[in-house]
Amino acid sequence: MKETRALLYLDDVTVSFDGFKAINGLSLFVEPGELRAVIGPNGAGKTTMMDIITGKTRPDSGKVLWKGEHDLTKLDEADAARLGVGRKFQKPTVFETHTVEDNLLLALKADRRVIPTLFARTRKDEQARIDAMLALIRLEARRADLAADLSHGQKQWLEIGMLLAQEPELLLVDEPAAGMTDDETMETAKLLRDIAGERSVIVVEHDMAFVRELDVKVSVLHEGSVLAEGSLDHVSADPRVIEVYLGR
Amino acid sequence: MADTSLIRRAVTARSQLFLILLVLAAILVPVLNLAVPAGSFFHLPSYAVSLFGKYLCYALLALSVDLIWGYCGILSLGHGAFFALGGYAMGMHLMREIGSRGVYGDPLLPDFMVFLNWQELPWFWHGFGSFPFAVLMALLVPGVLAFIFGWFAFRSRVTGVYLSIITQAMTYALMLAFFRNEMGFGGNNGLTDFKDVLGFNLQSDATRAGLFVVTAAALAGGYLLCRWVVGSKAGKVLVAVRDAESRTRFLGYKVEHYKLFVFTLSAMLAGIAGALYTPQVGIINPSEFSPANSIEIVVWVAVGGRGTLVGAVIGALIVNGAKTLFTGWFPEIWLFALGALFVVVTLFMPQGVLGLARGQGGLAEGAKRALAFLEQAGIKRKGTGS
Repeated sequence: MKETRALLYLDDVTVSFDGFKAINGLSLFVEPGELRAVIGPNGAGKTTMMDIITGKTRPDSGKVLWKGEHDLTKLDEADAARLGVGRKFQKPTVFETHTVEDNLLLALKADRRVIPTLFARTRKDEQARIDAMLALIRLEARRADLAADLSHGQKQWLEIGMLLAQEPELLLVDEPAAGMTDDETMETAKLLRDIAGERSVIVVEHDMAFVRELDVKVSVLHEGSVLAEGSLDHVSADPRVIEVYLGR
Repeated sequence: MADTSLIRRAVTARSQLFLILLVLAAILVPVLNLAVPAGSFFHLPSYAVSLFGKYLCYALLALSVDLIWGYCGILSLGHGAFFALGGYAMGMHLMREIGSRGVYGDPLLPDFMVFLNWQELPWFWHGFGSFPFAVLMALLVPGVLAFIFGWFAFRSRVTGVYLSIITQAMTYALMLAFFRNEMGFGGNNGLTDFKDVLGFNLQSDATRAGLFVVTAAALAGGYLLCRWVVGSKAGKVLVAVRDAESRTRFLGYKVEHYKLFVFTLSAMLAGIAGALYTPQVGIINPSEFSPANSIEIVVWVAVGGRGTLVGAVIGALIVNGAKTLFTGWFPEIWLFALGALFVVVTLFMPQGVLGLARGQGGLAEGAKRALAFLEQAGIKRKGTGS
């Protein structure tokens, strides 16, 4: 029986490293199609939270449910990805010695097992999806070039294209605005709003201007648990949040 | 900007050239040995046929290491173990083939067992009287060992230098085990004094030429198999693992399954190389398991050019050719020469010989690196001097 209709459901999750509780009784729900911003000072547990959702880190206790039926704490990164969790790293991570096109081919939703992959041929519909994605990320002219030869911004776009090609239902995005100009930041916020709806997106971010631009529900993380939740105006009026961010 | 379609065409051209040269060798070597009269300038002496055959075995071994190291970033420093196990499997068959022609004339037991006063054949020697069984074991024993080893290592996400160290430990442990007489593999003498294979006398020129041709065919087959694997979509996943392992995982690929697949395949190729090595060299003993041997294989691949397949073959031929010449001329300095070669290649020729041949920046870049290195060394010296 399904316990929840949330796409992602974290309940009382705790994980500690050498006695330090990186995540401490964290609970969080993400609805299908929702765009959620997660903010918090350094060491609040944002990255660990993403590691738990993507199966990289196993929590000591608590529940992490996918669509109310899959227990993400028992799965690894590949399993979580196959279920529909996509992850964008802060630093663009693409396969440098592969061509732009092959990067997308590897990301394309398909059978990931060894033997079928060994015998796989690129089908017409797959090629069409790659072409469409190349157009979307504006790298059509660079399709046969190695990813290593792309500029920083182009690599960011390629990685986003790879994530979309993977067709995830939940996208975790780590500090997308880092190192971007104001214009690019606004553009990225718009892109993320467009992406959400069809799929859920969790954005982890430091940049308050960027979060304001997203204009969505915000979860404030502090010392491994959710301190406050609501609109940005609501949470920034919360005295505890003010203390964590400005105080002492 | 690299034009990849050009590179792709160059790779197929290189494959064709390589296979043509291999076929030529497979024709010329036997002809020059068997058909050309012994007095002629063009006559190839019989020892050279076996020597070249041995080089081709090493080339196949280098190919197997390049498949995992060059394409998947798995630096195995224990591949000599898989080679030796394949060699022992074939050696056991050749021992059984001796029959009653041994020194002690025992129809069932190999000489060393008679010498050790053993009364019956150990259970693991049964079946090796059959040639197909021995060939199967030369594939399966290295394959199963690699599978079990890789299962634990890759599932526990042991990577990089730690993986290299445990592969060294594996081959070292096997060496110590095979040195023991009680293991039943002839102790430190190993297996030798072979008479014939499939009824063909191993001392005859025709058999040696035949073995050379079979080895060349195995190398060609191994090359085509590796080329097919790295050219497939799974091959692209292997390179992806090499370049960005965590990205590959987050895309939904079970990295440990891909590593296990390629590691096992590679071990089986090494086993075949070993099985072809034993009849041509005439002996297989525990020194084949020595850690230094496994490191040497990696040097061949680095010298030829990692991640190119053809480079591994070229590297194996160059280094072993040089080894034959050097150990003949000045045996004392060979190890120094080998060490220096590895240092020079890693520092100045990261793409190996093939990188130089490719021309684009190969030599120039190497020279630049050399200058930068010397400059740095100079600054350091000045620094310590003042």
